[in-house]
Amino acid sequence: MATVRFTSALERFLAAPPAQVAAATVGEALAAVFETRPALRGYVLDDQGAVRRHVAIYVGGEAVRDRVKLSDPIGPDDDIYVFQALTGG
Amino acid sequence: MAERLHVGTRKGLFELARRGGAWDIVETHFLGDPVSAVLAQGDTIYAALDLGHFGAKLWRRDGAREWRELAVPAYPSKPEDAGDDPHPWSLGKVWVLEPGGVPGRLWAGTMPGGLFRSDDGGNSWSLNEALWHMPERRQWQGVAGGEQPGISTVLIDPRNPKDIRIGVSTAGVWASTDGGASWRIINEGMYNEYMPPEQKGLPIAQDIHRLACCAAHPEIMWCQHHNGVFRSEDAGHNWREITAIRPSKFGFAVVAHPRDPDTAWFVPAVKDERRIPVDGKIVVARTRDGGNSFEVLRNGLPQHHAYDLVWRHALAVDASGERLAFGSTSGGLWISEDCGDNWTTPEARLPPVSVVRFADH
Repeated sequence: MATVRFTSALERFLAAPPAQVAAATVGEALAAVFETRPALRGYVLDDQGAVRRHVAIYVGGEAVRDRVKLSDPIGPDDDIYVFQALTGG
Repeated sequence: MAERLHVGTRKGLFELARRGGAWDIVETHFLGDPVSAVLAQGDTIYAALDLGHFGAKLWRRDGAREWRELAVPAYPSKPEDAGDDPHPWSLGKVWVLEPGGVPGRLWAGTMPGGLFRSDDGGNSWSLNEALWHMPERRQWQGVAGGEQPGISTVLIDPRNPKDIRIGVSTAGVWASTDGGASWRIINEGMYNEYMPPEQKGLPIAQDIHRLACCAAHPEIMWCQHHNGVFRSEDAGHNWREITAIRPSKFGFAVVAHPRDPDTAWFVPAVKDERRIPVDGKIVVARTRDGGNSFEVLRNGLPQHHAYDLVWRHALAVDASGERLAFGSTSGGLWISEDCGDNWTTPEARLPPVSVVRFADH
């Protein structure tokens, strides 16, 4: 099972604990989390389902490439980190 | 007269109450988060947040209960054939929230130009498809400093909730008389100095910073336009420039007296690249004769090296027409209880103010 971990910066707004998911892509992994926590979706993705401009998603220490369709593959033991992209001081 | 005031800032929502003749902050909400719109209706408060990383959010508080996050207005899936739409199909921010004139109804004006309606007190929202799918909507220009157009004003005729006007930066005044089923641009008589000569007078080229109408005479409308002040006596169809405004004609905010159709207030600034008060003195301009003349009000306002700007939604008048408040980009907040003759400032150093709104009771 892969693990999706969210930035603690979200805790001010809603619960976002780490989640174990069975998924083959970043998109599937996030969809599995949002199934149980639908309110979280809008914090991570925009209205078209793409990653928000100022949100970063890393898998295995690298930023995901496909921020629109979320098609990057993930391995069964990967950690997927969702956190805020640093865009200001 | 309103006894409560809500001040949305770059770093939270501040709730002020009038006690013993003075206004003080009595509650703080969303400390640290940018507030882009606020509405207080009875004991219910709505607050729209514009989170830098996590997008636009909407919250509601009923009475003394906890804040609850609501569904946020969402744009539909962008169809394949909309690839040449210059504007994103995704909520930028909620810029204005207005009651819709029937129980439970709210309108939300947003960036990038979508108008949304809720009929259940903000629990769910639907995009006004008629406006969004108009071909002309793709011609709307972005708000200065950004790429996205924004609906800055939603005016509902108090006599008929189907009669709606919206003001768009930058795309003129649009009207619907059928509750939003159809729209047309209506503003004649405005001009936009910075446009090429052949486009100066086009209705769609007009940068409507903010509209206001007199609640008792909603056909009387005022506009603080990018390059001047205009008044309409026929619900936004024909506009006449008000040249008597002092000390300058540039600004963002306007409010109209709720009963007197000849009274309105503005906060002028130096146009338009500089955007600071004239001579470093903060003043409010008030007309009581339909714009033929203005009084420049300054009692209690900073008159020495003040460089505050007042945004579109940061000037408010209460339902009595006697109490006014405005907040500034430097975190200034001033309140008047005598129609603007005299101003006081509460004990606070606030973050930059985006929106000021009295409770409706």
